[in-house]
Amino acid sequence: MIERPDGAVRIAGGQGFYGDAPGPLADLLTEQPDYVVLEALAELTLAILNKDRARDESLGYTRDLPLYLLQLLPAVIDGKTRVITNAGGINPHAAAQMITKAADRFGLKGFTVATVVGDDVLGRPALLPEDFPSAEALAFANAYLGARPLVEALEAGADLVLTGRVADAALFLAPLVHEHGWAWDDWDKLAAGMLVGHLLECSGQSTGGNHAGRWWEVPEPWRFGFPLADVAADGTATIFKPEVAGGRVDYDTVRQQLFYEVHDPGNYLTPDVVVDMTTLTLEDLGGDRVRVTGVTGKPATPTYKVVGAVAEGYAADLSIAFGWPDAEAKARAAADIARKRIEVAGLELDDWHVELFGVNALHGPAVNLDEVDQPSEVVVRMAWRAADRDVVDQVPRHVVPLGLSAPPAGFTPAGRSRPKSSALLRIHTGLVDKRAVDEGVRVQVEHV
Amino acid sequence: MAKVKLAQIAIARSGDKGDRSDLGLFAPAGPHIDEVYAVLEREVTAERVKALFGDFVLGEVTRYAAPNVHGLKFVMEQALGGGGPRSLRADNLGKALGGALLRLEVEVPDELLAKLGPRPAPPRDPYASAAWAVR
Repeated sequence: MIERPDGAVRIAGGQGFYGDAPGPLADLLTEQPDYVVLEALAELTLAILNKDRARDESLGYTRDLPLYLLQLLPAVIDGKTRVITNAGGINPHAAAQMITKAADRFGLKGFTVATVVGDDVLGRPALLPEDFPSAEALAFANAYLGARPLVEALEAGADLVLTGRVADAALFLAPLVHEHGWAWDDWDKLAAGMLVGHLLECSGQSTGGNHAGRWWEVPEPWRFGFPLADVAADGTATIFKPEVAGGRVDYDTVRQQLFYEVHDPGNYLTPDVVVDMTTLTLEDLGGDRVRVTGVTGKPATPTYKVVGAVAEGYAADLSIAFGWPDAEAKARAAADIARKRIEVAGLELDDWHVELFGVNALHGPAVNLDEVDQPSEVVVRMAWRAADRDVVDQVPRHVVPLGLSAPPAGFTPAGRSRPKSSALLRIHTGLVDKRAVDEGVRVQVEHV
Repeated sequence: MAKVKLAQIAIARSGDKGDRSDLGLFAPAGPHIDEVYAVLEREVTAERVKALFGDFVLGEVTRYAAPNVHGLKFVMEQALGGGGPRSLRADNLGKALGGALLRLEVEVPDELLAKLGPRPAPPRDPYASAAWAVR
């Protein structure tokens, strides 16, 4: 276990998305964190959870939550750690009910659960931004709340805080404000806390995961340590990983996460503070520890970000492989023949997309084709979109027969499964007045 | 001066928000980090990044500099074929676009290139002799 500096609060980032590995929690717990934060909501996770709830009113939270709580509840009941998570998704109350029921079945008691609701803006359509689609068209629309209601929950004695849409980093700021007693206008400290959250919210991405540097030298890449931070009352933080786990924390791995999904690093907008990343210092202490100092903050804006999504037709895709010689030419020819056959069949597509794996599928126009030698093999992936799901589903009938009757020799399926259509969504982002949203925010506390 | 691909001297990671792709470009840790960062700042302009991505990126590209962490940030609008859940691209979140940025050719002083040595690259089979590998 890494020694903890006096007065520091130790926070762990135990989850980076819905579907992340619950295993690394066991390694995190060996460092005895005061708080474990589980970040479960990517931009579109609420669309998935909305579908769940439409089928069953008792759903709408991320369903891997029990895998995390099974490991965490014993430490929570012992008073050793507390848990904060946005895994409540679109239905935090249902998540709380699931937990109290399960706790009762296993005979677990002696902990306090708080739920935070009020991020849903679709239920209050008057709040929707002016340039937004209509409430009827939206699959969901939620405001990104800040740390305040979470601090309220912690002050009410919550051991487990369940929220819906809360800005990822704010989940981590809340326990720091609660423990260190930071004021809501102490911008530099709020920024320092929010920055710690930003570095911890994507689990393995700050401990050597997705590392563009010497990734092959990261130790034990099959047992990634998730990140922790010791945060002092003055906002100084040390980022590290469990001593027992693999992974790497150094200047390069932490910097890559620092800029990840940030717009202007000098003005990183969050619900509670505007963070300036251009004043901070990252110091590689060695031993998989990086110290963060000098973060500065500016007053928060009067608005929350709101994200919604509307349905935009259906899509499917099909991939065909070709081998040397002339694999690229065969792949390009097959795509053109397929497209013509689809048109002759009278199927009207809204969009048709061709990409060549082995040539430029991932990098597109950034690839200089003159530099591409004859690849050993090329996979052509054809994707299409239409408003009508039936049209989307009929397309493969006009592509698959190319297997025996098309000029390019060696038409080979690149997978075993038949294409399956999926519904598409378009994301809309806007701003919504904070005070109006806050009027509907509720914190509910229950002792189990 | 010699012309090399960014991959030889820099590292990058990409992220997404809606239809926006964001790229963090860094001079890697090492004794020559300041000199490499100076090359990045001089060579990698928003205009050049926009040109590199061609019709992959329909909107504007904005650059932000953060010399305190030896990093440049590029924010590219209308860059993901309509956004992750709408895009027909296999890489609908643009996870590979950080790597694509490293294809850009930049002018680097010969002495700096000599000091940096060849591009760090993994062995062809990175874990072939790893004790933990199950083979």
